[in-house]
Amino acid sequence: MEHLFEYVLRIGDDSLILGQRLAEWCGHGPILEEDIAMTNISLDLIGQATTLLDYAAKIEGKGKNADQLAFLRFDKDYRNLLLVEQPNGDFGMTMMRQFFFDAFRKPFFEALQHSKDEQLSAIAEKSLKETRYHLKHSSEWVIRLGDGTEESHQRIQESLDALYRYTDELFYSDEVQKAMESAGIAPKMDDVRSEWNKTVDYVLNEATLKIPDNQWKFEGGRRGMHSEHLGYILADMQYMQRAYPGLEW
Amino acid sequence: MKEVNISELERRFQEKIDNDIRIEPKDWMPDEYRKTLIRQISQHAHSEVVGMLPEGNWITRAPNLRRKAVLLAKVQDEAGHGLYLYSAVETLGADREQTIDDLHSGKAKYSSIFNYPTLTWADMGAIGWLVDGAAIMNQVPLCRCSYGPYARAMVRVCKEESFHQRQGFEIMTTLAKGSPEQKAMAQDALNRFWWPALMMFGPNDAESKHTQQSMDWRIKRHTNDELRQMFVDATVPQAELIGLTVPDPDLKWNEETGHYEFGEINWDEFWQVVKGNGPCNKDRIDTRRKAKEEGMWVREAAMAHADKRAKRKSA
Repeated sequence: MEHLFEYVLRIGDDSLILGQRLAEWCGHGPILEEDIAMTNISLDLIGQATTLLDYAAKIEGKGKNADQLAFLRFDKDYRNLLLVEQPNGDFGMTMMRQFFFDAFRKPFFEALQHSKDEQLSAIAEKSLKETRYHLKHSSEWVIRLGDGTEESHQRIQESLDALYRYTDELFYSDEVQKAMESAGIAPKMDDVRSEWNKTVDYVLNEATLKIPDNQWKFEGGRRGMHSEHLGYILADMQYMQRAYPGLEW
Repeated sequence: MKEVNISELERRFQEKIDNDIRIEPKDWMPDEYRKTLIRQISQHAHSEVVGMLPEGNWITRAPNLRRKAVLLAKVQDEAGHGLYLYSAVETLGADREQTIDDLHSGKAKYSSIFNYPTLTWADMGAIGWLVDGAAIMNQVPLCRCSYGPYARAMVRVCKEESFHQRQGFEIMTTLAKGSPEQKAMAQDALNRFWWPALMMFGPNDAESKHTQQSMDWRIKRHTNDELRQMFVDATVPQAELIGLTVPDPDLKWNEETGHYEFGEINWDEFWQVVKGNGPCNKDRIDTRRKAKEEGMWVREAAMAHADKRAKRKSA
């Protein structure tokens, strides 16, 4: 059960932190249509996080709920990927981050639908519908910006170079992952990775973008070792619950 | 001869209006009617878009996941309203980009309420309850506006606004029956937003230069003061219901008229905010301008890419 709790937290925290990041865009998008799209994706992710963290709380069995997990854990207890906590940067940076994540989430949820854990399988089925839209949206933008103007090409190539180092962690494997895989609960990461590679190759090729030569990889989020950014995200997100503990809102 | 034709067209136009027949984009309409609508609808669109900012200010700090999701959905609705309304403006021959530039240059106005800061979570409640409540008072009659596209947009907008108003009131209710500090937070938000909400209906009828013509054209169905009175009558009992005090020592129920009497609005403040001297006017416009400037490369790239695709297709 401890492994399952940990595993569900990982999925839930990815959705929560990326949803929180996208919400920062609200009212600042490059066109009104993108304000709508980004709030919509954020809303989907917050919805996923709520269901997943509720489930995690149930597994934990300490009488908590999703809100207590979201608002009262410290950064070391967060299990999200380093990728999703990276700052929004410009619109291209946000779309590249989103694309790397969506390209992972789609095959991940496709496979998770067949999980032996019924709850996770149901969540995956619902989230997959949303994720297909997210991936379509982010890949189209990566292609537009990559194959747009000289400026946009250069900008998004820089975003790719900056974010690529965080993509290996998408397929992080440790004893939790292995235990979940052998229990038939988690998708096999090698399969997800090969799907991710196909999508990324196709889209980057269309976008005329290149994977950087520097192949150094970062990981840590899954173990609770985060970047400096997460502290600020939590300071914002948890402000009310920390300032006014234990109240109904 | 031409004079006769125009006055005949005007006569037919007014006849349609008087018979509550909708004016559609391709119908003949007087220039002034067109201009009035462009001004009003674009102002309304700008209000939706600028209005995303004070609430967007609290999305990342919403106190729980449900409130965060509801607030996100609400702000998303507002962006959607902005889009419909810009489209409605375009049916009148105006250019969306031009109307947005007018907002950024200060030529076009938007609702002054959004020039007040959102300082606490309770402001999300006050905005939904009071600001969306006032907007509904203004907009429900607009569902019967003489201009078809605007009237139809308003039908959809009003449905969503009434949902927004309820969620705002629900936030206030929760706070008002919460801890002493939550109740104080709710009262403080009401204190700050009450008068600006009353100002949303615009100047007194005697001072309102557009009202009479807009009523004759059936763009407006009620005067500013009538709408303001309806809002006060509807809202004061709601405040009482949840145990909050409306910050107006002159407020009293008049048994004979069946209406609340209320104190004098600070019109100096109103005009100052309209002129750009509200606490957040500069921030709001700077933010919108910055979004446009920083998004320029994205829009250019999208156009360039679309061109390339079209060329590849035809090649």
